[in-house]
Amino acid sequence: MMPVLAATLSEAWIFYPLAVLTLGGALAMLVSRNAVYAAMSLVLTFFGLAGLYVLLAAELIAALQIIVYAGAIMVLVLFVVMLLNLGEDDLEGPRLSFGSALGSLAALGLWCFLFVVFQGYTDGLPTDLPEGFGTVAGVGKLLYTQFLLPFEATSVLLLSAMVGAVVVAKAKI
Amino acid sequence: MANVPLAHYLALAAAMFSVGLAAVLVRRNALVVFMGVELMLNAANLTILAFSRTLGVQEGHVIAFFVIAVAAAEAAIGLAVMIAVFRSRKTINVDEVDALKY
Repeated sequence: MMPVLAATLSEAWIFYPLAVLTLGGALAMLVSRNAVYAAMSLVLTFFGLAGLYVLLAAELIAALQIIVYAGAIMVLVLFVVMLLNLGEDDLEGPRLSFGSALGSLAALGLWCFLFVVFQGYTDGLPTDLPEGFGTVAGVGKLLYTQFLLPFEATSVLLLSAMVGAVVVAKAKI
Repeated sequence: MANVPLAHYLALAAAMFSVGLAAVLVRRNALVVFMGVELMLNAANLTILAFSRTLGVQEGHVIAFFVIAVAAAEAAIGLAVMIAVFRSRKTINVDEVDALKY
């Protein structure tokens, strides 16, 4: 058995600040009028999530979260935000329409529903885990044996997405 | 030692998913709508990893890996579409982009 980070430290002292950080970033993304601010708030959320993943003993996914999400995807989003160069009059004003009220209500209703559904899971996380759980070696072994075909299919997917993005975004080929 | 119940992880993931859904439904800037979709994918990942940790199985990590890979592909395609739309219509407001043929 390998020692788990959450078992050696007080888990709650890490979880709740990270939860506040993550949710605060998400809410800031929702309400900010400027897309650049929204993107930076989302980067905050992704870093908080990476911390939560470490708490959940998912080291490889935590590293990938920072490299792929905070590093690659959000930089791409920021590039596009600045490339489009939306002016001051393109900013969304605070508009309280029937549709947006309905949308917020639907999201709130979904959260209430999920909250009730999830109430049954009151157990704490187990403190003992199999050897190599969530490490590069542990997940990599699964990826290259049991999930080899989906793994290779993912590489084809990324290649086709790359070619497709160039074809779609280019003005003239 | 204080232990965090699984329900709190799941409630946090549900809250993030709802915020992402609200961003998709309420916001009109296509870029922010896209960020809402990313947030929903991340909330699903958090749920998968929390259950994976509880059950002690690593297959959830593999699924989270694939979700991240698909999100990267989606980001590339989605942002390319947004650039193409902006080039032809000079806006990415999703309320105004409502015609299949322009």
